[in-house]
Parts: sequence; structure tokens; C-alpha cells
Amino acid sequence: MKHHGSLMTAILIALALVLAGCGSAPQAPTSGGAESSATTAPAAATTAPTGATKTVIIGYTASNTGKLNVESNRQSNGLNLWIKQINEAGGITLSDGTVITFDTRSYDDESNKDRVQELYSRLINEDNADFLISPYSSGLADASAVIAEQYGRIMITTGAASDDTYTKGYTLVYQAYTPASRYLTGAIDALKQQDPNVKKIAIVHENDKFSSDVSKALRAYAEAQGYEIVLDEGYDSNTTDFGPIINKVLQAAPEALLGGGHFQDGTTLAKQIAEKQLPLKFLALLVAPPEPSFADLGDAALGVVGPSQWETQAAFSEDAAKALGVEWFGPTGAEFVSAYQAAYGGEEPSYHAAGGYIAGLILQRAIEQAGSLDTEAVKAALDQMDVMTFFGRIKFSTAAESHGLQEGHEMVYIQWQAGADGKPEKQVVWPNEAQTAELLYPVR
Amino acid sequence: MNPGFLLAYLIDGLLIGFVYGIAAMGLTLIWGVMNVINLAHGPIIALGMFGVYLLYTGAHINPYLALLIVAAVGLGGGFMIYWIAIHRVINAPHLSTLLATFAVNMIIIGLGTAAFSTSPYTMDFSLGSLTLGVVTIQGTRIVAALAAILVTGGLYLFLYRTATGKYVRAVANNRAAAELMGIPSARILALSFGLGTLLAMVSGGLIATFFPFTILSGGAYELKSFVIGVLGGLGNPLGALAGGLILGLFEGIIPAFVPNTWVPVFEFLLFVLILLVRPTGLFGAKR
Repeated sequence: MKHHGSLMTAILIALALVLAGCGSAPQAPTSGGAESSATTAPAAATTAPTGATKTVIIGYTASNTGKLNVESNRQSNGLNLWIKQINEAGGITLSDGTVITFDTRSYDDESNKDRVQELYSRLINEDNADFLISPYSSGLADASAVIAEQYGRIMITTGAASDDTYTKGYTLVYQAYTPASRYLTGAIDALKQQDPNVKKIAIVHENDKFSSDVSKALRAYAEAQGYEIVLDEGYDSNTTDFGPIINKVLQAAPEALLGGGHFQDGTTLAKQIAEKQLPLKFLALLVAPPEPSFADLGDAALGVVGPSQWETQAAFSEDAAKALGVEWFGPTGAEFVSAYQAAYGGEEPSYHAAGGYIAGLILQRAIEQAGSLDTEAVKAALDQMDVMTFFGRIKFSTAAESHGLQEGHEMVYIQWQAGADGKPEKQVVWPNEAQTAELLYPVR
Repeated sequence: MNPGFLLAYLIDGLLIGFVYGIAAMGLTLIWGVMNVINLAHGPIIALGMFGVYLLYTGAHINPYLALLIVAAVGLGGGFMIYWIAIHRVINAPHLSTLLATFAVNMIIIGLGTAAFSTSPYTMDFSLGSLTLGVVTIQGTRIVAALAAILVTGGLYLFLYRTATGKYVRAVANNRAAAELMGIPSARILALSFGLGTLLAMVSGGLIATFFPFTILSGGAYELKSFVIGVLGGLGNPLGALAGGLILGLFEGIIPAFVPNTWVPVFEFLLFVLILLVRPTGLFGAKR
């Protein structure tokens, strides 16, 4: 009996360890390499004389380890590129003549929500971060936003699309991404324009906050457009075997499938859908398709549509801004791409990278407009912001029930199509004005 | 329901069950023989995935040939882990070996994340597929199932038909008595750990031929291996295979009737039930 007891205990400890994934050790903050701290001048300059300098600390966590590490690191790369550029350009001069430059403090959040809250508290209280950028992913950003609001720090969320965060009455949290509620609705529009006869849709989505939010909004939108949802199925984030789900789809016999979640599950789902030769006319998945490495799937990538916050081909220009009557701000898309490639060994920036950069750019614009680092002044500038950037239009909701929600920015939809050499090539297929190729339809 | 669909659910479940079985075999062998719960099992499975992937994409070696190389590396690597991390704490309480293998787990994941990041890798390898009505089966999954049967048979023959296998079973049964009979127990333990690692690496290699994977992918199979170990009993290759098939069937069939997210609920319900009702497992040896 004693033996069984100890074995049971061991099993339980083992399971707990496996489930916990990993223990966490105290860490030292990573300081941004962009700026040495030599410029740390009278920080608490009450009556800053002209020519004073100050280093503004931007705090954020990144998922250097854990399952979000790829997207999160790209986002950090984008943010750090902005820091490097703004510091090289001499920083920002405030209305009282103080010149500010930027530095970062960041920690590894291990892709773990519990770590995020602890680390943002530390960023605010111990590292004295002046402004905050959210971690990548809706779940982590949502966890961090509470802390920002609680301690009265302005936070730009990026890499985070859930709508919920902005319905909680926060006043200092601003969203750079198009919210989840508008993530896949454009795919329905594209499908409707292409083939008005399609009626049956299946929704298969990851069971996390972001993908569930997208799917809920998608379902409501599709039903309003007269579509029949023949299957609405969630799956666990770690799913590798989609066989049973694909069998369910096969049984429900939809004409189009929309859904997905993040990169790993999305690529796996797309691959297995192709292997099972699922007869679908239209297939749109979240997050995974716009990633350049989605092309590694080969033929399985062909025809897959995906919404993207931004694409290198996206043609947001000063002219387009003028046509909308909106001011242009920041570098052009081409300038961003070449600067990013120069900084990161030729890697093409994904929308995560652009998202990291745009978070810095939004902050820059707000500080410039406010002419001060005062939270209330910067908040007022963010509330009034309506600019066009290489990333698209940036404008925040100021309504009490959705304060900070992104209102200006729109998704573009890409599709992988066979290029001249037969290899998959990314094309923008929706909206019509951004199109680089016609929608490939039906998929198979 | 159209019986064709039911067949599709069934076949998919069974085929994945074979792979679960062989993944669990490594864990239950080590657990059964050494009384060590190997928390590095998952990352070792992931190493098997990367081993086959790198040999295939880098050196263009056929994945099934690469599997043999990976198996040899697994055996050697298992010896190494045993002598470095486990040998000295093998007689200490459960928690020591648990922590030792957990440390190995963290080391492999840390190095693996540094080398490969946590982004997914996909092997562009196919043996075509077989379609009968609504049932489509990939060639690679059929081969994986056959390989699982082959490995199980081989391990069974080794354990029950060779002298060394007899030693392994003797050590599993009563280490002190085995030592008194002149069996070199440390070497047998090292061999068991090596074999367990080999099995984990081979299962990883087979999985890599049809699923995309990351350095963290092994974790899911490790968790399933625990359930299978408890289900099938420890140290018995046939039990592990049977346990794997049962689990695979669960995963294949349950989604046909309820939302897919219910599968873990049923799986762990079964886990707790077996622990309560038959702690030695359905096919477990008397201990």
C-alpha cells in the first residue's frame, strides 16, 4: 500500500510539472541596445531648462520562450527598429525644449499570462517605465492592460486584436491592430462577391480568446449575410491531429471553411485539410497564412486565404491619405521594409514586425502632438489621433463603452497562389483596391 | 450517421493510436523497470522529430532509413543521460529522479529553443494516400502503424526471448534479488533507459513524417504517455500498444458525437478511473 501511495504522489507531481511546463526564475531586465544610459539627465526635471535631455523608458514583455516566441520576437524587432531610428534622428523635442530619447526595459514573459501581470508591475514600479507596449497575443495583452490602467500608465497594445479589452472601461489602453470582430468579415465579403451561390459554411477555430472572439463575430456576420453555419467547432491550442475534426467537416459537407487560430495549429490544419483532400471551394484561416513560412507547406498552401494586419505590398500612400482627408505620418512602407531588412539580416518583415514598429510610431506621434510626457496630455493626443501611416489608418474609439478600440485600421486578405515557378506566392486578393491578383476559386 | 463516416473516425483513431502506443512504450519501460518517471520523455520525442527532419532535409536520407540512425543516437543518448543525470540518484526517493529528469527536460527545451526556436517545422514528405469513399488514409500513417507493430514485436521478443531481456525483467521485478543473482543491475538500468530513449526518438521520427512539429511538441505525447502507461500497465510493450490504441480510439470516435474539446475530459476520467480501480493497469504485471 505504501508503495502505491508514493507512486501516486509521484505521478501527481509529475503531471503537475508537465502541465506547468516550466518553472520560472527571477530575471534581470533586458535593456534595449539602442541607447546607452549616459544621457540619463535630471530625470525629475521639474523646471527643465532648454536643452535638457531625458531618456524615456518604454516597458514591455516579449515571449522569448514558449509557443509565441516567433511572432513575439518579430514584434520586438519592429519596436526596437523604431527606437533605434528615433534616437538616431535625435529624439523628440518637447514644448519646453527638453529633448527626449528612448530606451526599453523588457522581460521574457514565457508566453504565460500569469508572468505578464507580475512583470508589468515590475516594469512600472521598479524600472519606472514611462510608457508601456503590450506583449504579443490578445490573452497576454489583456492581462497586461489591467496593470497599465491600475497604475495609470499609457499602453499601446499591438499584436492583440480582441475587442473585449476595450469594453472594460479602461481609459489609457490604445489598440494598434484591427479588432477581432472585423478580422474575418472581409473574407465573407470576398466570398460573397466571388460566388453568391455558396450557402454552407463551417467554422473551425482554436479555443483561445482571440480566435473565439473572431469566430463569434464571424458567425454573427455570416448569419446576417444569409449563410448557414453547418459546423462550429473549437479545438485545443496544442492540437496536432486534426483527423477527427476534418472528419466532422467532411460529414457536415460545407462549401467553405473559415477559422483557424495561430501559426502552429493553422499550418497543421491547412496541411491535413490538403492531405485529406477535403472538397472546399474557399478556405480562410487566421494568422498562419500571412506568415512567409506558410509557403513551406508547398501545394497544401495553395488557395488558402488569410487576413493580415499589414503586407509589404499594401499600398497605403500619402495620396491615399489625402484622398481620405487624413494626415500622413511616418515612413512609407518601402522605407520601413528596407530599414527592417537592413537591421535584421534581410528578413522580410511580417505584420507582427510592422505592428511592433507602429506601436512606437503611435507613441511618437502622440508625444509630439502633446509636446509633453504628461499622461493626460498624451492621452488627449491619442484620443484625437487620426493619421494615415504605412501600416494603414490609425484612429481610436473615444466612446466610453469601447475606449481605445482601433477604428481606422482595416485588414487586407492574402491568398497563396502558384507563381511562375509553381511555388506558392502571396497575393493580396481583397479588398479590391489593394488587389494584386484575382481570387483563386474554387480552391479544389 | 453514414457508416462510412464512422469508419473514417475509427481508422484515423486507430492509426494515431499505434503511434501513441510506441511513444508511451519508452516511458512505461523506464517507469516499469527503473521506477523512474522520465520527465524528459517529451523533449526526447521532439529530438527524434528533429533528428529525422534534419537527416531528411539536410542529407536527403530517406526518413525511414534516418529513423535507424536516430534510433542508434537515441540508444547512445539514453546511456549518456542515465550515467550523467540518473545513476547517482536512482536509489533516492522518487522526487530526486523526477527532478533530475525534469532538469534534463529543461536543458533539452532550452537548447532546442535556441537552436530551432519554437516555430513549427514541416517535412515535405509524402507516400501518397489511399481513398475509399469518405475514408482517406495517408501512406505515412500506415507505415507508422506497421513500424509500431514491428517495434512492439521486437521489444517483446527482446524482453521475453533473450537472456538480456530476462535480466531487464528480473531487475524490474526485484532489483536487490537480481543483483544477488549476479545480474549487473546498473548496466541493465542504463540499457533500459537507453531503450526507452530509443523508443521515444523513434516515435518522434515517425510523427514527424506526418505532423508539423516544434521543439515543444513532445509535451502533448508525454502527457498521453502517462495516461497510456497507467492504462496499459508499466513495462509491458503490448500493454503500451493496447493503451495507445484505446486512447487513439477515444480521440477518433468521441468527436463524432460531442464537441472535440470534450476528449481530454474523457481521457483523464479514464486515467483517474484506472488509477482507482486497477492501479497496475489493464495489462500490468503483478508487482
